[in-house]
Amino acid sequence: MKYAYYPGCSLEKTQRGYDESVREVFKALDQELIEIDDWNCCGATMYMSVKETVSLAVSARNLALAERMGLDILAPCSSCFTTLSKTNRILNQIPEMHRDVNEALAEGGLSYSGKVRVRHPLDILMNDIGLETVRAKFKRNLNGLKIAPYYGCQIVRPDKTFDDRENPMLLDRLFRACGGEPVYFPMKVRCCGGMLMTTFEETALKLNKELLECAMDNGADVMVTTCPLCHFNLEAYQGKINNFYKTKFNVPVMYFTQLLGIALGLPAKGLGLDSSFIPLGEKINSLAEAHYA
Amino acid sequence: MEHATHQLPGLMTRTEADLRQIFLRQVEAIPAGERIKRCIQCGTCTGSCPVSYAMDISPRQLIALFRAGELETVMKSRSIWICASCYACTTRCPSGIKITDVIYALKRTVMEKGYESKAPQVQVLARLFVDNLMSYGRLHEGTLIRKYYMKTGIFKLFGFVPLVIKMFETKRLALFPKKIKEHKSLSRIIKKAQEIEMRHVPEKLEYSPEFVGYRGLGEMKLESRKGE
Ligand code: SF4
Ligand code: SF4
Repeated sequence: MKYAYYPGCSLEKTQRGYDESVREVFKALDQELIEIDDWNCCGATMYMSVKETVSLAVSARNLALAERMGLDILAPCSSCFTTLSKTNRILNQIPEMHRDVNEALAEGGLSYSGKVRVRHPLDILMNDIGLETVRAKFKRNLNGLKIAPYYGCQIVRPDKTFDDRENPMLLDRLFRACGGEPVYFPMKVRCCGGMLMTTFEETALKLNKELLECAMDNGADVMVTTCPLCHFNLEAYQGKINNFYKTKFNVPVMYFTQLLGIALGLPAKGLGLDSSFIPLGEKINSLAEAHYA
Repeated sequence: MEHATHQLPGLMTRTEADLRQIFLRQVEAIPAGERIKRCIQCGTCTGSCPVSYAMDISPRQLIALFRAGELETVMKSRSIWICASCYACTTRCPSGIKITDVIYALKRTVMEKGYESKAPQVQVLARLFVDNLMSYGRLHEGTLIRKYYMKTGIFKLFGFVPLVIKMFETKRLALFPKKIKEHKSLSRIIKKAQEIEMRHVPEKLEYSPEFVGYRGLGEMKLESRKGE
């Protein structure tokens, strides 16, 4: 299948590990990603707080560009995925909004009929390509690596998406299939605080501390995420959490596509593993390297 | 007798009526927004919210206060700005109320009225985010964070030095913002959307006894113009 790839602002540079690994994994599974030419920021949660019609129009420009390509959108960033899906749903449900937004889009020579579907890579991997096909391509057993599958709050909410809203299982099933051991992780959809790390730092530090604690208490070697915001809060702020709470967390955090890439035997270089702040640790490094030695 | 009505006990003040009008217009734009009428005050939202412990008014209370004609109190709360938009409440509400979207509507009402809030930093961030998007079409995180701390507490910026160095070392630092090619056309789209948004703002507010007062509260003019 071919998809209109929407990397989003974080993946462009600061979270290149996600971008690179999504591209590599999809290539390895014979899926074609064509980046949407000249895409713009989806507006994230911020724009929604300011002006509604404007936020919908900004986000809909990307939908219109994908529609022109005749393809569905692949959006790995959870926040982009939710924003674009929400815009899509509002435009399809409220004719007045659809009309208003199209009137705005027309100023940029665009229009959107509402046909594009917004997809998350996890959904495509598990529901379209299917676990059996992915399994057939595994080259490396994860050897009982203990994984805390952290879905975050966005991809499975607010409306029914592609997995259960309270207890999603797709990541669990995926990593169990490649020999990993997903640990009991009851906080799998608990929020990381997102932008609160900037505006209400103490509150966000607490949320992330609880997530790390939960992963550690259940014996995880690594936390696996699907969202650049979760990743940044859990990884880049881990030092700050340790300072604030006098804890000693040293938990590696990976994008699920990075770990999947290792299982698929893809070269570590292409998966952006060198972009981690926290050392991935011996277990993961030996899995990633042994294969290419 | 024009002023008499809102001084009677049990009737709303002019500010309150004013806020309601803006807020109800915002709620109308939410698919199935009229369900806000169906709150049973069970507290599931508050219990599910990961940050309710830090709120001054809980999500359940927000709805109760709105129904009691105390929207002004809600507008001045910290709560609506602490909401991280995680949708835990919305997912679990037994009445199907889109609490997260209701809170967005509250935020927009505050922004529109230019209220001073107890968490002005969130408004600063939201405005800078929008400016950033307007000037480049894509978000440049470095510019956003730098400007934000310049406005809210410049000393914090120094704390970011180690992080910035790490990002540089791991090739994750975008030094300069990049403009999208069709930047002008995006600006035109945004300008038009702003115009359209203004079209929906009534020029003059109308006060009628059924709008100002408890009687009007029970029968909010929220029609289910769009189903789910
Ligand atoms: S969960 Fe829904 S019904 Fe219960 S208090 Fe909250 S908004 Fe009201
Ligand atoms: S969306 Fe906001 S109010 Fe609802 S649970 Fe999440 S943080 Fe709390």
